[in-house]
Amino acid sequence: MKKLFSRPEGLTDTLMRYCPGCGHGIVHRIIGELLIELGIRERTVGIAPVGCSVFADEYFNCDMIQPPHGRGPAVSAGIKRARPECIVFSYQGDGDLGSIGTAAIIHAAARSENITVVFINNAIFGMTGGQMAPTTLPGMKSTTSPKGRDVRKHGYPMKVCEMLASLDGPYYLERCAVDTVKNVVKTKKALKIVFQNQIDDKGFCLIEILSMCPTGWGQTPVQAKKWTGEVMSAYYSLGVYRDRSKEAK
Amino acid sequence: MPEVKILDEVCKGCGLCCDDVCPVDILILAPDRINSSGYHPAMITDMEQCKACGFCYMVCPEPAIEVYK
Ligand SMILES: Cc1ncc(C[n+]2csc(CCOP(=O)(O)OP(=O)(O)O)c2C)c(N)n1
Ligand code: SF4
Ligand code: SF4
Ligand code: SF4
Ligand SMILES: [Mg+2]
Repeated sequence: MKKLFSRPEGLTDTLMRYCPGCGHGIVHRIIGELLIELGIRERTVGIAPVGCSVFADEYFNCDMIQPPHGRGPAVSAGIKRARPECIVFSYQGDGDLGSIGTAAIIHAAARSENITVVFINNAIFGMTGGQMAPTTLPGMKSTTSPKGRDVRKHGYPMKVCEMLASLDGPYYLERCAVDTVKNVVKTKKALKIVFQNQIDDKGFCLIEILSMCPTGWGQTPVQAKKWTGEVMSAYYSLGVYRDRSKEAK
Repeated sequence: MPEVKILDEVCKGCGLCCDDVCPVDILILAPDRINSSGYHPAMITDMEQCKACGFCYMVCPEPAIEVYK
């Protein structure tokens, strides 16, 4: 009997400590597969963020670093410049990337650093207890917006792909989701493109992934995946925001 | 014949694989069994129908599913 699908060697045997139904695990599995499929595991350096995936260094079977909150893009850029033969990915949540780390991500994108950013947008600060993030939807309840996000009081959500697409630096930007089989397959395809772009020295690439946080959202895992498809994807449109390979040479 | 193995101790009973994922709808959460973490693990109701498509594996966050053929 042939094994068709099982835990990839790009992940360690350590069981992940995410909540049931958390989207982080699906994205970890995809990256773990790509490290093997692209033959880059031994020369890859991953950057774990501050957030629920702070322990990602225990889960990915490659070299990992865990820098200060939000500084993944800056640290990735440093590693990539010092060791260009390494494949460097910065794995970040929306609190990490879109709040404390906003300056780091914008400047890495503007400089078109040859790094791969995996941006997990779950519209909330998951790790610290479900507080409002820059990405929390208008009207969405969180522990710090119990009556729902009021845009006049709390401001508007940040759309990271759209914002970075205003810069010339990025080579590839796409927003995906992990709520359905079809979208999980698309997410893997997008991540494969951006890891390959880094191998080909193309410059800054980011994949934003709409990801379930059942605990922070106060929903069951099945409710959370439906909410991702019906509500979150309606506000954060899925699609490719930049693809320089398609532009006239 | 295809075979799906659910790793009971890795499964967190989230139910994502049981909801509108399997083309032949043969996954449920075991109603009368829990693992050592207290979760009802997923189980297959009728292995013979399995298509070995791997969809259940693809949506599993752990992943606690292995598919063989
Ligand atoms: C300098 C600093 N400020 C604040 C915190 C508290 N903190 C820890 S994780 C986090 C945000 C996590 O949210 P996100 O990046 O969206 O990750 P998630 O847990 O949702 O995956 C914050 C504010 C910290 N650890 N260090
Ligand atoms: S709090 Fe949210 S993001 Fe963090 S592990 Fe739980 S479900 Fe995942
Ligand atoms: S491999 Fe496909 S057909 Fe078999 S149980 Fe999983 S989803 Fe169903
Ligand atoms: S998706 Fe994975 S963790 Fe969730 S119930 Fe199915 S096998 Fe268990
Ligand atoms: Mg978050």
